[in-house]
Amino acid sequence: MNWYLVIDAMPRLLSGALLTLQLAALSVLAGLVIALPLSLLRSSSSGVLSRPVLAYTFVFRGTPLLVQLFVIYYGAGQIEWIRTTSAWIILREPYWCALIAFSLNNAAYTTEILRGGIRAVPAGEVEAAKALGMSYALRTRRIVLPIAFRLALPAYANEVVLMLKASSLASTITIMELTGTSRKIVAQTFSPYEVFISAALIYLAITFVVVKAFARLERHLAHHLERVEKNNGGTDPVHKGPVQELDRDPVLQREAR
Amino acid sequence: MTLLQGFGDQIIAGAITTLQVALTSLVLGIAVGLCGAMAKVNGIGALRWLADGYTTIVRGIPELLIILILYFGGTVALTALLGRYVEVDAFAAGVFALTIVFGAYATEVFRAALLAVPRSQIEAAHALALSRALTFRLVILPQMWRYALPGLGNLWLTLLKDTALISVVGLEDLMRKASVAAGATHDPLTFYLIAAALYLTFTSVSLVGLALLEQRAGRGVRISE
Repeated sequence: MNWYLVIDAMPRLLSGALLTLQLAALSVLAGLVIALPLSLLRSSSSGVLSRPVLAYTFVFRGTPLLVQLFVIYYGAGQIEWIRTTSAWIILREPYWCALIAFSLNNAAYTTEILRGGIRAVPAGEVEAAKALGMSYALRTRRIVLPIAFRLALPAYANEVVLMLKASSLASTITIMELTGTSRKIVAQTFSPYEVFISAALIYLAITFVVVKAFARLERHLAHHLERVEKNNGGTDPVHKGPVQELDRDPVLQREAR
Repeated sequence: MTLLQGFGDQIIAGAITTLQVALTSLVLGIAVGLCGAMAKVNGIGALRWLADGYTTIVRGIPELLIILILYFGGTVALTALLGRYVEVDAFAAGVFALTIVFGAYATEVFRAALLAVPRSQIEAAHALALSRALTFRLVILPQMWRYALPGLGNLWLTLLKDTALISVVGLEDLMRKASVAAGATHDPLTFYLIAAALYLTFTSVSLVGLALLEQRAGRGVRISE
């Protein structure tokens, strides 16, 4: 390990990490904004509304992000009419192409995650809201979405981490984010270990922070449930269910060996 | 008339390479995942610590970076080791990288599945005087397989799409062939859309296959409806 090289490369890697964070944060934000209405359409009982959304999520979840990125970056410039419109100013910039591809991809996954949350909202809650005379908009805003988001949060946290990691693909279209910067430094110094492992550690640190932040948010959102569970005898399905018991099961432990 | 300006057979060859990489990594990754899950459930301090470190690190680093580390790092390591310039085979590096990634996620899937098998089943196996190996093969494995299948299916779909990343280090897979064809014909839109359609076909077929597998794995389960 050449420590001097690592220290020398660190400022550039960190500024790359900043771009990574920016790309990931903007994509996640845009993805959420797109996914929110789409997930409502997707969970609609009307096929006319839900099927187009299904087609969208199917295509974007069924193809590699790299292909989507290349179709937008290399492919869009080929269509004559796009080049004549003002959209071309955006689509000829690799940064915007990456942002568009990531947002659309992230939105597709987020739509399905939120839909799972919406479907898991207890029917009684919705019925109670209806009984109180709440309109569709009001009960969606006050009842369905808050519960759905809380239920979907663990899966959504995973998706955010995946997006963070996927932002490394931006390096394939000349964007100098963390992976792109480290590739460039490796090309200049021919020391892949030092540079790539430094980059990997930065990614690890970022994911660690993201995971911890979401765990905290999850606890915060479940705050009002704690007392109910304590009153019911403290049957936390995650921590006190049979899973833990099996974990300590001597028979299973021996079997696993 | 030649198919796709003469690039048709190239694209097909690339698609076959993609499937080869994915299937090889799947088989190796399942083996790694089973070992990892056992190390985690097992309880021996060092092994468990090792498995925890492995899954935490691999799941926190972009797949692309892992591929780059193994490809370029591998080249440097082998060159230093053998004293002459050696270039790592892109196929081997790709399969190795994807196996490591798949194995890390599969470890978690198998661990959860292993813990989901009711302990009474294991106790019953012991009451029937089955040996440890037999208990695992006849009682635990068939049941955990059913629990693991949905998770494994998702991982397989991710793996299939992740193979596209290996094109970055030069593996002649579907993505790489599409890039070459796009560059040669100045028609990237067509070729990348064709690649997308092929990937979509693979994932669709996988989805159908997985549904059938899940149906088969759950054939002994009573459905109350």
